[in-house]
Amino acid sequence: MSKNVIDLFSQELSVINVGIESFHKDLISQNVHSLHVYWKPPATNNKDVISALKSLYTDDVEEANRKVVEIISNGHPKLIGLGIAKDVIPGLTEKTILHAGPPVTWDRMCGPMRGAVLGGILYEGLAKDVNDAEKLASSKIDFHPCHHFHAVGPMAGILTPSMPVWIVKNETYGNLAYATMNEGLGKVLRFGAFGPEVIVRLNWMQDELYPILKQSLELKGSIDLRVLIAQALQMGDECHNRNKALTSLFYRELAPAIVKTDFSNEQKAKVLEFINSNDHFGLNLSMPAAKSIMEPTEGIDNSTIVSTMARNGTDFGIRVAGLKGQWFTAASPKVKGLYFPGYSENDAALDLGDSVITETSGIGGFAMAAAPAIVGFVGGKPSDAINYTEKMYHITMVESRFFQIPALGFRGTPTGIDVRKVIETGILPIINTGIAHKDAGVGQVGAGLVSPPMECFEKALVSLSKECKM
Amino acid sequence: MDKIIIRKNTYYDSVSLMTISEKAKLLSNVTDVVVSMGTETNKELLRDINFNDERLNDVGPNDLIIAIRTEDEKSIEETSKKIENMLTEKEIKSEAGEDIKVTSIQYAIKQNPDSNLVIISVPGEYAYLETKKALVAGKHVTLFSDNVTIDEENDLKEYAVSKGLLMMGPDCGTAIINNVPLAFANAIPRGPIGIVGASGTGSQEVSSLIARAGSGISQLIGTGGRDLSEKIGGKMMLLGIEALENDPDTKIIVLISKPPAASVMEKILVRASKCSKPVVVHFIGGDKSVVEKYKLTAAKSLEETAVKAVEFAEQKKVSFTIDESELEKIANSETSRMSKNQKYIRGLYSGGTLCDESMLFLQKSFGRIFSNTPLDKNCKLNDNRVSEKDTIIDLGDDEFTKGKAHPMIDPSYRRLRLMIESKDTEVSIVLLDIVIGYGSHPDPAGSMLETVVTAKKEFEKRGQYLSVIASVCGTEADPQVLSKQEAKLREAGVVCMPSNFQAVMLAEKIKGMLL
Repeated sequence: MSKNVIDLFSQELSVINVGIESFHKDLISQNVHSLHVYWKPPATNNKDVISALKSLYTDDVEEANRKVVEIISNGHPKLIGLGIAKDVIPGLTEKTILHAGPPVTWDRMCGPMRGAVLGGILYEGLAKDVNDAEKLASSKIDFHPCHHFHAVGPMAGILTPSMPVWIVKNETYGNLAYATMNEGLGKVLRFGAFGPEVIVRLNWMQDELYPILKQSLELKGSIDLRVLIAQALQMGDECHNRNKALTSLFYRELAPAIVKTDFSNEQKAKVLEFINSNDHFGLNLSMPAAKSIMEPTEGIDNSTIVSTMARNGTDFGIRVAGLKGQWFTAASPKVKGLYFPGYSENDAALDLGDSVITETSGIGGFAMAAAPAIVGFVGGKPSDAINYTEKMYHITMVESRFFQIPALGFRGTPTGIDVRKVIETGILPIINTGIAHKDAGVGQVGAGLVSPPMECFEKALVSLSKECKM
Repeated sequence: MDKIIIRKNTYYDSVSLMTISEKAKLLSNVTDVVVSMGTETNKELLRDINFNDERLNDVGPNDLIIAIRTEDEKSIEETSKKIENMLTEKEIKSEAGEDIKVTSIQYAIKQNPDSNLVIISVPGEYAYLETKKALVAGKHVTLFSDNVTIDEENDLKEYAVSKGLLMMGPDCGTAIINNVPLAFANAIPRGPIGIVGASGTGSQEVSSLIARAGSGISQLIGTGGRDLSEKIGGKMMLLGIEALENDPDTKIIVLISKPPAASVMEKILVRASKCSKPVVVHFIGGDKSVVEKYKLTAAKSLEETAVKAVEFAEQKKVSFTIDESELEKIANSETSRMSKNQKYIRGLYSGGTLCDESMLFLQKSFGRIFSNTPLDKNCKLNDNRVSEKDTIIDLGDDEFTKGKAHPMIDPSYRRLRLMIESKDTEVSIVLLDIVIGYGSHPDPAGSMLETVVTAKKEFEKRGQYLSVIASVCGTEADPQVLSKQEAKLREAGVVCMPSNFQAVMLAEKIKGMLL
């Protein structure tokens, strides 16, 4: 029983001091190793939350969290192919439309999401015009979050049964994740545009882009996304709001295979041109990669690690590994950011999209120190980027083994968001994100930074404390 | 002119804020200053001194309040500016001290995975959480904080024991691990005596006297004052005994506590009697014969505890007792200038156990001893701020430390109280404890000198004489240096005795001569 105490007696004393600083100074003056914690009370006055917190420091929780971060750390996403959504995603019916974020009904959907839904219905040929589509949307369509179908979608995240999707496999755990291909910027479906040019582009993507990429991937074999993301982080991407490097790396990987496909030179050139002209093409690869890393953590009992963060433009929702299938939601926040000329905060939709799966897995805003070029979005300096990442180490369990940040001495990215730490420190996850116009079809109006509402974490924590086996 | 500044979500620890408040009160034209966090207690304190502001209703424990009262409007601005400076000075200094500001135990453990002990001194309501974090991470804990509920204490100790970890506290002021004094403790040489103590100043006194007697200690494990209660059942003391029994450097074990709950007393004594090493037990105010029934060595005072332990350890005779004729001489000289009506003893103690010990022996000789923490509940003072007859006060008790630092750090109330006592013409003796060592005031003797001299003069003016008797608890190796502290006291006319017990014996002798 006293073995640990006897061990202590034979070790050199090494102290962590929490509270009164003079105790630390006394130790330093005696040349005793001491680290002082600049402690603050938990950043909440809510008594339920504090008592939940007290109940959640147990061996079971620690053990579960270790398991979860091990799963995240072991995640090995590979791009293995492309397919048509209804053929490859289990359970997707003709009348199903997937959307970003936590569950939301048609009547509560934000402008851009409604627009994208209408576009999706028209693209599927389910309605002859917009009026018809609207009727259908309000009565006949089954809406579900992408996350409930192993999928993720940027912004409105609309995924309809005929859309081609990337198939990403987590090699370590065998699970699959899906995402549509990125359409580019401007008037696009994910920002709620549903005019003829949007449908025309989607049709081209289905008819030409998809078969060419599918064939070239078959020629090439799978592409290791973990390696690609790790390299992109060292080339100035954080793989959420900046995907220049990831897109370029992907292009290099696949271009020779594209050239080898049996399509016309003109068709192949158009595909290469399309990828090359869209810096965000890689986002729709980093997202399913992150999703495939996170999904195996769902349902690890007692874990307080965040397994999902997602927004639908109305609600922000999180899920935690220990409570499979439960969303903890609060009103979606406004994004603080830089607006394109002619737009202002008044034009902005509330926070939207599944792309925050990147932050959940430890990249995106969490890897901001890797992407000094984008701090301009928040009018900041490169040192701000480093500070954002540094802060995230305070709310995460471990540092990534594969994703590293050169500017921090190749330190691994902060990984495994612990709900308890978020509540205690009051530090919220930092998310890099695009800003959609609040009206359907206008498109992106800016980009910036956002954090989830604290309420999501408080709700999750209280539920965890009720349901965790003590 | 009043002003209240509120800074939301700006946290400072209470010790820093008290220091700043004290400093700010000394600024010119300032009547009163309170810089504190917006806890319910602090807000009440503010209202008590008529700082009323509706905004205070929305202030929480994470919000900083700066309340300033000055003689004129101009001084308000100057003062608030100066206080802001004091606050930021601290911020800059702490920023520069660390590469990355560590804000949580978990982050600190990430930075230093080899750390083996966490000292926790956060406000009591948060202590459970921080302690549990440290224990879950497999670290031993010294929990200095008080105001931890007994259920929380039990929960933490149960968990700690299940993992074989020390959970010293709550309200554990004193521990020495691997020769390192933690919180309030003295620089004691390494030696063969291991102590498990449920009383902070009791442990300090015993360990210091062990050092004075030429021996030393292996470990001093603090348990917190409630460890031997019915509810806790001596969990930490039992773990401590087992650890010291298995520790090759410990030859003698010393146990110090107030008398335990009956069932716990038996458990502890049975365990101690099975110990393969000699055990000296001191239950302050307890019945010695109970201990002796278990064939253990009992001691009647803290001093005797040290003496017996050292005699076992070093196989030599040790004594702190002053030669009877010498004592007589001192007593005679002290009483010679007293007037006929002087008869009462007033003890102003910073150490709770030292206070108890004094009451115990004086009560035996003189009956009723009044106190804020009396041994006999019939002797509770009506008003703790007003002494009656023979009174011994524990200035470290909650009532006197609300919103203030402990008297071992902040001597201001003891000084004030001594001046109040000096107005009482029936007082003959003032008893003081001067506790030095790590954690304590940098110069506790020095901080009392001026007041002692003034108090003595008050008596002289009335043709009386005030006898001030003190003992310094500490060692030569302490930062304040025992001999230097004693020299300062003697210079001010204080009679310095080698232990609290000896000081009490002298007081008893003097009072006896006055009756």
